[in-house]
Amino acid sequence: MMNPIQWLKSLDSSGQVALLFIILFGALMLLSLTSFVLQLRARHRGLSQDDDRPGETDSHLDSTLWGDAPLTLAPRRRGLRHELGFLWGGASLFWAAWVSGPLGATLLFGVLSFLALREFITLMHTRRADHRGLILAFFVILPLQYTLTGLRQFDLFSVLIPVYAFLAIPVVSALADDPARFLERNAKIQWGIMVCVYGLSHAPALLLLDFPGFRGRGAFLLFFLVMVVSCGQLAQLVASRRLRRRPVARRISRSFSMRAWWIGTLTAALVGALLYWITPFKVGQALVMAFIAAGAGSFGTLVMKALKRDAGVRYWGNRSSITGAVGLLDRIAVLCFAAPVFFHSVRWYFKLAL
Amino acid sequence: MSLASTAGLALSSLARLITGAQGHWKGCPPMAEQRIYFANHQSHFDWVLIWAALPRELRAQTRPIAARDYWTSSPLKGWLTRAVFNAIYVSRTRSSPDEDPLEPLVEALRNGDSLVIFPEGTRSIKGEPQAFKAGLYHLAEQFPEVRLIPTWIDNVQRVMPKGEIVPVPILCTVTFGAPIQLKADEDKRAFLERARAAVLACRPGAAEVSTAAP
Repeated sequence: MMNPIQWLKSLDSSGQVALLFIILFGALMLLSLTSFVLQLRARHRGLSQDDDRPGETDSHLDSTLWGDAPLTLAPRRRGLRHELGFLWGGASLFWAAWVSGPLGATLLFGVLSFLALREFITLMHTRRADHRGLILAFFVILPLQYTLTGLRQFDLFSVLIPVYAFLAIPVVSALADDPARFLERNAKIQWGIMVCVYGLSHAPALLLLDFPGFRGRGAFLLFFLVMVVSCGQLAQLVASRRLRRRPVARRISRSFSMRAWWIGTLTAALVGALLYWITPFKVGQALVMAFIAAGAGSFGTLVMKALKRDAGVRYWGNRSSITGAVGLLDRIAVLCFAAPVFFHSVRWYFKLAL
Repeated sequence: MSLASTAGLALSSLARLITGAQGHWKGCPPMAEQRIYFANHQSHFDWVLIWAALPRELRAQTRPIAARDYWTSSPLKGWLTRAVFNAIYVSRTRSSPDEDPLEPLVEALRNGDSLVIFPEGTRSIKGEPQAFKAGLYHLAEQFPEVRLIPTWIDNVQRVMPKGEIVPVPILCTVTFGAPIQLKADEDKRAFLERARAAVLACRPGAAEVSTAAP
């Protein structure tokens, strides 16, 4: 008989990653099953409650059965189911990214980036003279950045957008001969590329990052990042519901308070420390890395909320009829902010020569 | 699958990739009944957007209107409008004084087809649609049983401004409002004004301001 630790060690890196995904999907399956059973039980309880009230008229019973009961139960449970669906989608996405190798991963995140940038540009009311600049952003810079990711050219990858794109876009814009709000327009496009393309491209880059002695296990790094950040977000959500603190920026977000931020980020750090064994970090390092990533991600959602307010979208998520408020941007905002900070901290700290 | 229907599918997929082409059925559900969709007109892309926003089953029987002189001038244009979109050709110039330019439309409606028309007659870039031409009124008068659906296409002028060739990916929505009808004693002017207001009322954000609560 082999003991489990020995068995784990005997697996090669791809075996371990596969195991990671099996565990992840298993956990998700369990969660979905639980939610399904809870839902059944709630419906059952709803039925028996109605049976306990013999005095009610039939029509009223009907309304509690089909109308009111699901409605009163609905908001939180529907939120949960929505969240679960999103988790499934995210897990499948990362799995697909890992299975399909560097090419598939970059392609997949490239498409995601395209959709996010499309949503961002829709919300920023661009002018006619921005047309050429936007074409440059969508059809030149975006594919180039992801090509560099796929080729693991991480030096050029890090500077392509902050240096070259930053200078190229105003040039194209100036050639369009429209001086009205020139700086503002360029800043919008530049910032959109920075977040939706540059930020997000660091997620597949993590998959492709090679540590000495950690070859082929980038999936663990990405998993670590996503896990830590989502635990932080969850803790922050619960904290802001329970605490009811005065919001720091009430005109932007009514739920964001510094104390909730600290609770979320510290929880994330703790989760990071607990997960240190799947990363190349030591316990302390994992704690700090998780803290930095989750903190940045949480501020990222706040910034995106500010942006949506500015664009006149009142809702968070896909509930608004305003053109462009699809809700993808809300979902990946955390990753857009957390991934680059995490990636560059890791690279800087370990002085990776890539 | 024929070449034309493949081309149609490819075009609608492209429209979806670039613009999202989301259909918002606010005032009526998508149904296989005879309808006239009338919309604001800002770009050549408008028809493709409405077409892509419709469920696939409705696309075959929903037909656009194309100017005969322009859309039959080359084999490709002719094939695109005839085979792919099943367009109705109208002449912009009358060959004889008593020719009715609406005649092909009337014929299509008699056959039970649905139409998409742009009652402004020309593309407007000012944001608000121009005054509507009388064609819509005459069709409403002759076919009282056909439903008139006001439609607003949002954002499309940003996708491909006049004179550019490459479209920029920007999300667009097509909002379908509640059907309107010609009232018994309504004159032409009042009806066209009301139709234009109905199109404007579909604009995203027009109702949001008053009804939204966080």
